[in-house]
Amino acid sequence: MAAPLGQYKMVLFARTTDKEILRGAQNGGIVTALLSYALDTGIIDGAVVAAPSRSKPWRGKFDPWRSEPIVAMTRDQLLSARKTGYNISPNVMMIKEATRSYGLDRVGIVGVPCQIQGVRKAQLYPIGMRGVPDKIALVIGIYCMEVFPYQSIVQIVEDHGGVKMESVEKIEIGKGNFTVVTERGRTIQIPLNETRDLEQPGCHVCLDYAATLADISTGSAGSPAGWSTVFIRTKIGDEVWKRAMQAGLFETKPIGQVEPGLGAVEKLAVEKITRNKKTLEDRDFIGTKGLRNPYITT
Amino acid sequence: MNVLGKYKSVVSARSTDKEILKASQDGGIVTSLFAYALEQGIIDGAVLAGPSSRPWQPQPFVATTRAELLKARGTKYNICPQISMLKEATRSYGLDKVGIVGVPCQIQATRKAQLYPIGMRDVPDKIALVVGIYCMEVFPYKGMQLIVEDHAGQKLQSVKKMEIGKGKFTVITERGNVTQLPLKVTHKYEQPGCHVCLDYVANTADVSTGSVGSPDGWSTVFVRSRIGEDVWGKAMAAGCFETKPIDQVKPGLEMVTKLATEKITKNQKTVDERAHFGVGKALRNPYI
Amino acid sequence: MEIFTEHVNGIMIHKITIGHIHESGCTGCLAALMDNYQGIFTILDKYADLVYGLTLVDVRKIPKMDVALIEGSVCIQDKLATDEVREVRDKSSVVIAIGGCACSGNITRFDRGGQQNQPQHESFVPVSDLIDVDIFVPACAPTPEALRNVCVMTYLLLRGNDEQKALAGMYLKPLMDLARSPYGSKASFNTLMQEVINLGLCMGCGSCAAACPVRAITMEYGKPQGLRDLCVNCGACFSQCPRSFFDHELMEHHEQIMGMLKAVMQ
Repeated sequence: MAAPLGQYKMVLFARTTDKEILRGAQNGGIVTALLSYALDTGIIDGAVVAAPSRSKPWRGKFDPWRSEPIVAMTRDQLLSARKTGYNISPNVMMIKEATRSYGLDRVGIVGVPCQIQGVRKAQLYPIGMRGVPDKIALVIGIYCMEVFPYQSIVQIVEDHGGVKMESVEKIEIGKGNFTVVTERGRTIQIPLNETRDLEQPGCHVCLDYAATLADISTGSAGSPAGWSTVFIRTKIGDEVWKRAMQAGLFETKPIGQVEPGLGAVEKLAVEKITRNKKTLEDRDFIGTKGLRNPYITT
Repeated sequence: MNVLGKYKSVVSARSTDKEILKASQDGGIVTSLFAYALEQGIIDGAVLAGPSSRPWQPQPFVATTRAELLKARGTKYNICPQISMLKEATRSYGLDKVGIVGVPCQIQATRKAQLYPIGMRDVPDKIALVVGIYCMEVFPYKGMQLIVEDHAGQKLQSVKKMEIGKGKFTVITERGNVTQLPLKVTHKYEQPGCHVCLDYVANTADVSTGSVGSPDGWSTVFVRSRIGEDVWGKAMAAGCFETKPIDQVKPGLEMVTKLATEKITKNQKTVDERAHFGVGKALRNPYI
Repeated sequence: MEIFTEHVNGIMIHKITIGHIHESGCTGCLAALMDNYQGIFTILDKYADLVYGLTLVDVRKIPKMDVALIEGSVCIQDKLATDEVREVRDKSSVVIAIGGCACSGNITRFDRGGQQNQPQHESFVPVSDLIDVDIFVPACAPTPEALRNVCVMTYLLLRGNDEQKALAGMYLKPLMDLARSPYGSKASFNTLMQEVINLGLCMGCGSCAAACPVRAITMEYGKPQGLRDLCVNCGACFSQCPRSFFDHELMEHHEQIMGMLKAVMQ
């Protein structure tokens, strides 16, 4: 395992200067602003993002907190995808579709680390991904400790938190708590050790926190409230970021000057990787035979 | 391996029932035996190969009357998945004493269903009479169609009887035309699954029968099990069959032994060859 | 073989101990065992003591036992379950996976979690993926007769005389091989396709179609076709097929073995 934060050319704090985006953003509005800029300037002609579910009703109505991948080709569609849902959105499912039904030649995609791994594998081993590898134009990763199955989110919010899903304004995970903020302003905090069991089990073998394979990765960890930490990792990432900066899209602060800083990101990355490595090792001792290690081919 | 399997007695026999004999393949043994068993309550129905919507394509069905039994006379030489109806006979048809007729592999399946009834609930204890038919191989329906229509040049609809024997595939039409093809020509159309079969005379049946070894119109009958012995004895006592000792007919048991040895030797070779199929690979041996 | 003519009842003095271990299954396998009706009393009277069983025996701790019948697949997110199968392996001489879920995952293969109140319980594996299993009795549900046959044969294997042991060993061998084979725990209609039909072994007898509990198999032009959307991965078709396993030497004695099974169940 290389450095827990992966390779990167640059890391900084940033926040978008676009007030409309910022209004509904989870943190600094980095992903939405970047994709919106890339769309405007033709770097991408569409992006796969996670948006509130519109396709399948839940309990008879569409639930704003259940995520589902969409191919966004307008700024309005991108805006609809702001905020983190913390539940599974199978984004990679739509990358081939983006190049087929949607006819995109330059696809942007945003995803959590495992999904970025899926995208890179699709490029290097495009077993069932005809037409995809050369059409991936911009890959944005989001830090991720774990996600929840949607039914777990319902259980946490409604059973542990005691509020209806419909009344939730924002969900946040951080500082040891699962925080639910309602539209009326009520804030409920549930300690993460209570929600640990409800996490998606597949997350517990993941060895990537900061989306180390993305062009650009971002997340709230390490930055002050309302800001995001941004890693610029690849040549493409570097180029897009520079142009966006020149266009005045972001205000930034150097990473050294603000608490808690890079140390906090690294701490979380190490914590995730250490814990999940242990899960992988423990899998060897389930039953008397052990379970398959996905990273070792035998 | 004893190529003829275990048996208590073997005779050359023919049914005394004129109605059955009229359309039977050889000595009418299977139909007569089942008709007797049905009449006596030894079985309350039997799984047989009956006609289907396509000419000469058999379809398994459950016969519960003599009239239905008669429909299944004659050999069709193409695949009829009898065992697919075995459980059905005990379910939809509600039979408690099932008779079944089949080629050796189907009899193997029946016995496996009894000893390893993995998905054969209620079947093992309800098998009452198992009659086997000698078999060298069968053809898939499409293979047989090709033989009859392309090689022999006859429409399947016009065929009255088919026969395999004496090195020939014989097609006899309603109008009396007889076309014979050397088996050499038809070998390649045989069902490949038949080529690993190591049983010619239905070694595990209660009673097994076939034309080989007996004169035309007669059948050679092996009585193998206690059940077989019991049913055969009663049917004989009831006058269902006339018989001749096997050593007094031509070509006799030697012929059966010869064909059984031929089949088993040939197929054992196929099984052995499968162990060296491909490069450094093998095809699965179903018996190991 | 003298073994078949010997009066078997007389020598069966030392009962074996058996347990029923319930993992993620529907209790259908246990119901199938009980569907031997009077037969189950015969088994319990003469041959076996039931020393553990969630639904039938008031015992909390898994005791040492000769034979463990495990029903159901194992949820790997449920530590209680994964620990339990280890413990069962430790404490039993013979572990028998009964039914499709325990052998090949069966319908639990389709689980994706999300169920109240443990939505994260989403991954279920057949028992033999986690511990060594000695014998498979596949199908959903396994048949009362198959369970009966295997119980009796296992008894003979553990308590019989030399000849009986030899017979039981011969009878159980294919079911032991199945438990260790690479395809046993992955069985479905696809296995029948890959290990029988694709290998040129099918002769169109129809055993698979009769064995299929969901009627997913039809015989088209004499050959099995599976509606794979209906297939529940129970493995019945493959195991029932005379070309999956078939020991000529043993099968030749079918009459005597059936007779013996009937006799011991009297």
